[in-house]
Amino acid sequence: MTEATFEPKIVGFLCNWCSYRAADLAGTARIKYEPNVRIIRVMCSGRIEPSFVLKAFALGADGVMIAGCHPGECHYLEQNYKTMRRFEMLRHTLRAMGMEDDRLRLQWASAAEGAALARAIDEMVEGVRKLGPLNWSRGWSEDGGRVEAVRRLAHEHAEAVEVPA
Amino acid sequence: MSERVGVYVCHCGTNIAGMVDVAGVAKWAQENLPGVVVGREYKFMCSSLGQELIQEDIRKEGLTRVVVAACSPHLHERTFRTACANAGLNPYLCQMASLREQVSWVTRDKEQADAKARALIAGAVRRVQLQEPLEPTEVPVNPTTLVVGAGIAGIQASLEMAEAGHQVVLVEREPSIGGHMAQFDKTFPTLDCSACILTPKMSDVGLHPNIRLLSYSEVENVSGYVGNFDVRVRKKARSVREDACTGCGICIEKCPKKVIDDVFEVGIGYRKAIYRPFPQAVPKFPVIDRESCIYFERGTCKACEKFCPTNAVDFEQVDEYLDLTVGNIILATGYDLFDCGQLPQYGYGRLTNVFTSLEFERMCNAAGPTEGKIVLRDGVTTPKTVALIHCVGSRDKRHHPYCSAVCCMSALKFGHLVMEKTGAEVYSFYIDMRPLHKNYEEFYDRLQQEGMHFVRGRAAEVTDVARRPEEDGKLIIQAEDTLIGKQRRVPVDMVILLGALQPRADAKEIALRFGISTSIDGWFTERHPKLDPVATMTEGLFIAGTCQGPKDIPDSVAQGAAAAARVQGMITTGTVLIEPIVAEIDEARCSGCRICNNLCPFNAIDYLEDETVSRINAALCKGCGTCVAACPAQAIGGKHFTYEQISAEIEGVLYDVVRTNGGHALERVDLLEPAGGVR
Repeated sequence: MTEATFEPKIVGFLCNWCSYRAADLAGTARIKYEPNVRIIRVMCSGRIEPSFVLKAFALGADGVMIAGCHPGECHYLEQNYKTMRRFEMLRHTLRAMGMEDDRLRLQWASAAEGAALARAIDEMVEGVRKLGPLNWSRGWSEDGGRVEAVRRLAHEHAEAVEVPA
Repeated sequence: MSERVGVYVCHCGTNIAGMVDVAGVAKWAQENLPGVVVGREYKFMCSSLGQELIQEDIRKEGLTRVVVAACSPHLHERTFRTACANAGLNPYLCQMASLREQVSWVTRDKEQADAKARALIAGAVRRVQLQEPLEPTEVPVNPTTLVVGAGIAGIQASLEMAEAGHQVVLVEREPSIGGHMAQFDKTFPTLDCSACILTPKMSDVGLHPNIRLLSYSEVENVSGYVGNFDVRVRKKARSVREDACTGCGICIEKCPKKVIDDVFEVGIGYRKAIYRPFPQAVPKFPVIDRESCIYFERGTCKACEKFCPTNAVDFEQVDEYLDLTVGNIILATGYDLFDCGQLPQYGYGRLTNVFTSLEFERMCNAAGPTEGKIVLRDGVTTPKTVALIHCVGSRDKRHHPYCSAVCCMSALKFGHLVMEKTGAEVYSFYIDMRPLHKNYEEFYDRLQQEGMHFVRGRAAEVTDVARRPEEDGKLIIQAEDTLIGKQRRVPVDMVILLGALQPRADAKEIALRFGISTSIDGWFTERHPKLDPVATMTEGLFIAGTCQGPKDIPDSVAQGAAAAARVQGMITTGTVLIEPIVAEIDEARCSGCRICNNLCPFNAIDYLEDETVSRINAALCKGCGTCVAACPAQAIGGKHFTYEQISAEIEGVLYDVVRTNGGHALERVDLLEPAGGVR
């Protein structure tokens, strides 16, 4: 697949109550958006195990979107806050593995925000398209990239263990 | 054993078929996806003919799984599940792929649409093969209903149910029921006296044998689930014994302490330290405001006790806690009026003769502080000109973006009352006139004929700084009249601000206590904005009236009655089916680490000390799956959303992905390999 024709494949995990309904609304309102995100419905964004995201990447997805209700509007009261925390940890881990931030996106969308969700999908697809196909070996090649990657890992690690005064 | 899957692709007329090659996709599924034995397309799968197609295949082809690629599951999942159930297939073995909302309606290119449709179908096919038959549990419904809030919506709901022969517990936090409607003078557009139509209903509530009225009380705690809620109510100490008090009112007469009534009279009138909010209060028993009472302040006085003919005053009374069990709950907790002082340009709180709509209602009310006379703050001067400013805090991005729905009609009503009682000139400053219910437009016409002046334009400010001699000593409204395209300055004696309706200050806290959600603004969220306006996402919890959003009296009454009807349906059925999509702990795998315990906001997870494992109460579990995702031992299974099912769906939607291995080798995900391999 050449860069010019590269169309990213993105897996979207959407919660049943807000973001999946936002996708429904985008449909009802005939809002056109990029077809690259394939949506999987879960009851709550809190159900999304980090390993689902890793699995999607491992199977060859170029990006993963996690969408849930806005903070404070979770159908299950507060479970999206748990998603938020997991997302930060996951992002941290993926960064340490050398993955670009734009490949994983957390998006809040209420059931009324069909247009906003469609816009977010377009933005994400555009971002991932620019990054090109997910290539785990990037940053790990023999020609000096490895040093850069190790430096980055060390930096990440220092950031993670740093305790604010 | 391998499953026999049927894939049904719906045309939805041309909604899907116009963009997706439905015949091609169905054929592709049958030929390429392992497990699929039937691939069909049909004009309308949701029609009875479409459903029969599926049912016939279940019987003749021996299908064990069904995938319907049509619209969103939110629309027709129940339809197809029922169709499968009627053909003898467990309803949870049917899965939908949303081709209409997620593909045909949102994609520009036909080829891309086909590709996405195939991916979604592949995901559903792979997932459905791992789905398990589930059975909902049936629990009995307690026939007693709790209604929280006794404004007009709560009153209506309670009366509807009580009249139908069901027991109701009505909880109100103020000393009397009646809500905002009891404060109003007249109601639009009929100009009925508000009290005259409300008080008969209030006394019906007070006397009804099926209604247990708990006034001056608040719900402290709610637990349990649909059909079986446990509720703890705090009955605040009235300091008056209800079994002894006759409501004669001598205590109120004799009480020497007068305080400003901030609640019922919105700060423009007085009450005593022992008081009833208004003479027709239900219940009739007064209450002692302990913060103002001289006895509680200084330890002497007891005038009320001395004069009480039945010895009903009890200074020692303490809060009482009542534990109740109810089957359903209706929340009708109402609204607060916007604090108009937040818009300093209108001068409320700074310019004496700027009033809020509720202040005006009380002033206009014959039982109010001015006995119905419309006067300036000095209490004697009748205004000669009055301005009404609409949308104060509403339709304003800095405060509330929504329309408060009632203010236009309130303004027209106020205009009529001012002109009728004082003969003053009335100016209304509006953005848009929105009289949108039965006989409302006619009322608007009537006011135009009566000579009320309408200026189309949001008022910029209210000031007392005169520029011309005729403005001296007046309040001047500065506004652009957008119909003539000119700035205007209108000098008036009195300004009435039509403040927005906003959620109760503690709405979010209440929502959390009852386990329902709110919108960004803070209004309680209904299950469906159009088709299910009084139910909530929480089974057994209903909402009515302005706690759900701004609305007028007829709408509040309609919602109160609607909520009552919904509850009666539950009571008549007698039992309720609880969704089997819950989490379950495999105790053999549970290490008792208790990580999951604190993740559940519904307290569904108990830790069993003796067995050192956690257990989930299926009746309390709402099935979000957060604990499932968190369990480090993978001991928690999320029914219908298992690890294996979701993993299979991920594999399916990525069926066409070319996987890069180390940036070099390319391989295709092998779809022929059966789903649900080793974890």
